[in-house]
Amino acid sequence: MGLQALFFYLFAFVAVASAFMVIAARNPVHSVLFLILTFFNAAGLFLLTGAEFLAMILLVVYVGAVAVLFLFVVMMLDVDFAEMKSGALEYAPVGALVGIILAAELIIVLAGNAFNPAAAGSGANPIPAPSERTNTQALGDVLYTDYIFYFQIAGMVLLVAMIGAIVLTLRHREHIKRQDITEQVARTKETAIEVVKVKPGQGI
Amino acid sequence: MDGFISNYVWPAAIMIGQSLLVLVALLLFIAYVLYADRKVWAAVQLRRGPNVVGPWGLLQSFADLLKFVLKEPVIPSGANKGVFLLAPLVAVTLALATWAVIPFNAGWVIADINVGILFVFAIASLEVYGVIMGGWASNSKYPFLGALRSAAQMVSYEVSMGFVIVAVLLCVGSLNLTDIVLAQTNGIGTRIGLPNSMLDWHWLALFPLFIIFFISALAETNRPPFDLPEAESELVAGFMVEYGSTPYMMFMLGEYAAIVLMCALSTILFLGGWLPPLDVWFLNWVPGIVWFVLKVCMMFFMFSIVKAFVPRYRYDQLMRLGWKVFLPLSLVLLVIVAFVLKLTGTAP
Repeated sequence: MGLQALFFYLFAFVAVASAFMVIAARNPVHSVLFLILTFFNAAGLFLLTGAEFLAMILLVVYVGAVAVLFLFVVMMLDVDFAEMKSGALEYAPVGALVGIILAAELIIVLAGNAFNPAAAGSGANPIPAPSERTNTQALGDVLYTDYIFYFQIAGMVLLVAMIGAIVLTLRHREHIKRQDITEQVARTKETAIEVVKVKPGQGI
Repeated sequence: MDGFISNYVWPAAIMIGQSLLVLVALLLFIAYVLYADRKVWAAVQLRRGPNVVGPWGLLQSFADLLKFVLKEPVIPSGANKGVFLLAPLVAVTLALATWAVIPFNAGWVIADINVGILFVFAIASLEVYGVIMGGWASNSKYPFLGALRSAAQMVSYEVSMGFVIVAVLLCVGSLNLTDIVLAQTNGIGTRIGLPNSMLDWHWLALFPLFIIFFISALAETNRPPFDLPEAESELVAGFMVEYGSTPYMMFMLGEYAAIVLMCALSTILFLGGWLPPLDVWFLNWVPGIVWFVLKVCMMFFMFSIVKAFVPRYRYDQLMRLGWKVFLPLSLVLLVIVAFVLKLTGTAP
């Protein structure tokens, strides 16, 4: 237990500290790098609670893909952050309100069983011990067996949203040289070469 | 106090000892893999390659190491110093961290975790950060262009690589790397009545996916013909332009550790890990680690041969190959694999 507690406090402390640095850092790229560190420590916390699959997916999806695009965009943008920061305090009350609501909701969800002990027994399914069932299997059962239709509807909505975004932003510009691989491969000697007999002194 | 030692100190000491052993063996292996890479490259171009330091140039990598370490590290004045020095550290640490879950033989693994293949995939997807951070922190044009290229490239090829891994997992039914190797004791060969042999391994049953995985691994590790992030004809040395001495060496080390890791991963996923090619007594007598290293060396030979005689891709062709060819192909193959497993009733 001692080691678990040690690692919990290590990950939790680094996660909170780097989350603070995300908003405190002057350089936006440093902010994103601190955000990545926060994700990384959150994955560590997941691992400590035994949610190994979630931890790895957090790393693959958020750190490996989403944060890369984030970093990409922040590096390319040339924003004057000193100017942006000067007006940031105006939004502080709204931000604080959102934060308080989120914290209240979290407390209600997590501490609900303590307020109402009767609710603790009414969970949908009893959770099997981790030794009997790995959480990869358990998640697979829930997503792909119990709730497959909801899962597919969610996937459909995402697919439509993705296609919609592409359709809205795609502009096919004219007069640009494009490479058509099939056309290149389909060329034969007859269509590619023209043999011209040039008579002396005349040119083509 | 007794419990403290037996519960914490002793396991920690064993863990550190194992890690050090793997690390030292791996670094030695990388030193000779670098030498082999240069020798193969030279042989293809009818040169001799490194042949001066030590007999047949065998100590060349160690001479290079000394040279890199003894040189003065130069940090450009406009560079973002912290990130500039952090980038090679990130690259090399991540590349070496993945080796914790690689099984070298039955039971020879430091951390035998349930989600081993996902761990490898997750850490491999983080390796792009070393490149991006290095390119950005250098605060100069060519490194930045190299970093942007590599970010797009590595994210693109991860997608098709993920699908290939999922297809292999469908055949195995476990995310544990040891289970993946053991699942390859039975396969096509045993199903048609032959004894256990190399025909059971996944390379035969999933041959197109093996090819896709190999090419994606080349792109993922920035190897030629996909070394656009450091294309010396256009970007001088890409994200490594401003680096020299030890930081540069760490980038190189991370790169080669990632390459050897990809060789080990394809060995585990497709070439049956430590399993001998035929189930006969004198081949079973050879320790599994020998087969593992031999297969990794064979994969690396293919990596270096490709480097030696394939010309570099153009960047738009690279993106086309990743998104328009490999992504649909691996997706369709994944569906086909799932159907075949379901219809033949061979799904685990």
